[in-house]
Amino acid sequence: MQNFKTSKLETVYCVVVFMRRVAIVGVGMSKFGEHWEKGFRDLIIEAGVQALQDGNLKGEEIDALYGGTMAAGRLIGQEHITALIADYMGLNPIPATRVEAACASGGLALRQGFMAVASGLHDVVVVGGVEKMTDVSTAEVTTALGGAGDQEWELFMGATFPSIYALMARRHMKEYGTSVEQMAAVSVKNHLNAAKNKFAQFQKPVTLEEVLESKEVSSPLKVLDCSPITDGAAVVILASLEKAKKYSDCPIEIIASAQASDTIALHDRKSLTELKATQIAARKAFQQAGVSAKDVDVAEVHDCFTIAEIMAIEDLGFVEKGKGGKATEDGFTALNSDVSVNTSGGLKGCGHPVGATGVKQAVEITWQLRGKAGERQVKNAELGLTHNVGGSGATAVVHLFKKC
Amino acid sequence: MKSGSALTWRLIPNRYRLIGSHCETCKENFFPTRPVCPSCRRKGKMVEKKFKGEGKIYSFTTVQVPPEGFELEAPYVLAIVELSEGPRVTAQVVDCSENDLGFGTPVEMVFRKIQEEGKEGLIHYGFKFKIKK
Amino acid sequence: MLVASFECSETSKLQNSKLFKVFCLVGIVGFGACVPKYRIKAGEIASVWGEDARRIEDGLGILEKSVPALDEDAATLAVEASRNALVYSGISAKEIGAVFVGSESHPYAVKPTATIVAEAIGAAPNLTAADLEFACKAGTAGIQCCMGMVASKMIKYGLAIGSDTSQGKPSDALEYSASAGAGAFIIGSDKESVAVIEDTFSFTTDTPDFWRRPEAEFPSHGGRFTGKPAYFKHVTSAAKGLLEKTGTAPKDFDYVVFHQPNGKFPRMVAKMLGFEEAKLSPGLVTPVIGNTYSGATMIGLAAVLDEAQPGARIFVTSFGSGAGSDAFVINVTDGIVEKRKKGVKTVKEYIEDKHYLSYALYVKHRRKLKSL
Repeated sequence: MQNFKTSKLETVYCVVVFMRRVAIVGVGMSKFGEHWEKGFRDLIIEAGVQALQDGNLKGEEIDALYGGTMAAGRLIGQEHITALIADYMGLNPIPATRVEAACASGGLALRQGFMAVASGLHDVVVVGGVEKMTDVSTAEVTTALGGAGDQEWELFMGATFPSIYALMARRHMKEYGTSVEQMAAVSVKNHLNAAKNKFAQFQKPVTLEEVLESKEVSSPLKVLDCSPITDGAAVVILASLEKAKKYSDCPIEIIASAQASDTIALHDRKSLTELKATQIAARKAFQQAGVSAKDVDVAEVHDCFTIAEIMAIEDLGFVEKGKGGKATEDGFTALNSDVSVNTSGGLKGCGHPVGATGVKQAVEITWQLRGKAGERQVKNAELGLTHNVGGSGATAVVHLFKKC
Repeated sequence: MKSGSALTWRLIPNRYRLIGSHCETCKENFFPTRPVCPSCRRKGKMVEKKFKGEGKIYSFTTVQVPPEGFELEAPYVLAIVELSEGPRVTAQVVDCSENDLGFGTPVEMVFRKIQEEGKEGLIHYGFKFKIKK
Repeated sequence: MLVASFECSETSKLQNSKLFKVFCLVGIVGFGACVPKYRIKAGEIASVWGEDARRIEDGLGILEKSVPALDEDAATLAVEASRNALVYSGISAKEIGAVFVGSESHPYAVKPTATIVAEAIGAAPNLTAADLEFACKAGTAGIQCCMGMVASKMIKYGLAIGSDTSQGKPSDALEYSASAGAGAFIIGSDKESVAVIEDTFSFTTDTPDFWRRPEAEFPSHGGRFTGKPAYFKHVTSAAKGLLEKTGTAPKDFDYVVFHQPNGKFPRMVAKMLGFEEAKLSPGLVTPVIGNTYSGATMIGLAAVLDEAQPGARIFVTSFGSGAGSDAFVINVTDGIVEKRKKGVKTVKEYIEDKHYLSYALYVKHRRKLKSL
């Protein structure tokens, strides 16, 4: 088995040799939050126009569009969303492709765009992520998001996403002694970062007590352990490195892109305290780039719930398995600490418009590596990481970024 | 989510009687039925397997904010139950609160209503668990 | 007292009864009950309507009643009782040739409960199944259907269930009694029975004492008319008919079970017929679980079979509004000793496994709020 895996990685490595280098030349995002006055189209156009301006690009220079959205069909009754986006952005007749992997839709759209440019098929592509979530009731959103798990064997039984992560949290608490205070520390840190990000849904810090005293959603997770329901969009524009230099003084190169899958149902996994897909995607990404976890300066990880960030920093290799709670409590992941995790505020603080999240992570890392993140700037940030998860970990995608 | 007649009907053996699969090649058990053994793939030989409906709590939570169709039942205990034959399933644990159970608490299958589609639609039945006395 | 292995033909006092010759061949191979965990005290209901709790308890003879969980209905209770009966009997579900579910609260108006039960216990598909409705006696009607089919060798085993999650209109007297529960009986050959059904007799008239139209949420009833011309007339007529037919007298029986819409009627009817109260008590469960309608006589009989010793004779009479009564003479066999060792949850264990609800939670459980 081990041999088989190694040989597969070698194949990947060989491909990498022949791939073109890819960089981000423009980024943009809408403010994340409850946008009663804005629809799906408004949000993605807002982010798209910003990204084009940021990259100093004209629409006709774009070769293709990849869009990530999870549940437009359930949330706004609209499928076929990339054709709609291309239409409203005035990008017709370029190919426009929807990518869906639940909450990892954005991250996977980025990877599709990356592969399209790396392969030489396209020179400049736009990658968008968007979700309009507040046009339906909370119960409908809960049900729609539930579709990220196993509809017939989890959701049908009354499981919700908070409850699925709560089942993981309970095991993590049992197996590693992780405490509710340690989980709450993730929320406190991410809200603190969000307060420094004008695009974030939450603009105020929260205290540990506020988190611990917030209403229970699915024990042991409370409201302030959960990412919110958010409207928002994010866009990045990718170009081959040669072209990138033409558009941008400071292109941010994507030096690794890796993705892995696991069982759709949480109960089918041997361990509930790790995301194998994250571990595998991270290992592959670090191998592709020839770097290791300790080289990462700034990371946007998938903290849909506080326990998810604790598991993420373990699975990505920033800390040992089981030590994520303690490390967070000790400030290991705070801004300008050992590794700055979720400087944007993460899904928890910045908001989680599911399809947009994976793309927003790349926007934040781009700002950080350009040194343009303002109050939340990580000093001397050179190597960035994004980590986007679909469902309870059935999909994980990891990207590494570096200043050119 | 609304499920049509055919969808619910197809899953009756699994939901009413815990019918799953057993791979004669690797001897592993699966729930629900899987046409292909994920470990052996084409070398596997899957046969029907009925699970006894006994197991232990592997993890648990109380759902306070329910999805559509479960509003009336919330709060309810949801658990991952490890069946005595190996596979794990996600299901509600009824007639108790989470204070009554812990990791490893023995449970047994009960037959209950899972969801009903309003006052006019179908009633979906299936397995839940209760603490084994 | 007749013993289990009695020979049906020659020794009988009812040689002239054609029915008897047939019925002596069948019996109860296994049985099971199911009572939901939730209870509400009569006093709790009384306090809502400004009634005197003591007066209600004494008047109706009901201290508390069972309430179904939010995810329980007549089908789920029937399945649990049937699974218990299957374990008790030790037979394979595939050998069951007929499933009859008697209920006045079938989950669907059109679509059988019996198919749900047959599928859930693994008896489907080679069998016949149907739902029965005869107010509180639909379960015993199912037993009679199975008796005929087993005796005629149409089927090897038949499963008869009485199951209800009955509803009473808020503040109506029925609200203190209408409860939930199920009893399931597997009928088969007398040779493998834990109790032989020696004979049965029914008494049926068209008496409108209690009814519910399709569009009505709660049943209506004739008040005191439900007593003398309905319950008492039918129960006593069926009972007397069977006593006469079998040539027996109340003193020949160790136990008696009557339909128990409350705690009072069965006591009164026992007295009228000359059965001692001590013979009635073991099968009188309504005071602590309420009237489980189609389940009532079935659960009462199950409670008796949980404790009866080989050789015991049981006299049973059900009652269904509308109206009719089915009476049975049942003789416990030696086989009950072994089967009891299987440890199937007894009626007593169900009764003791309880959790009290407030009236507010009861209203939620029974979906009596307009928006539910």
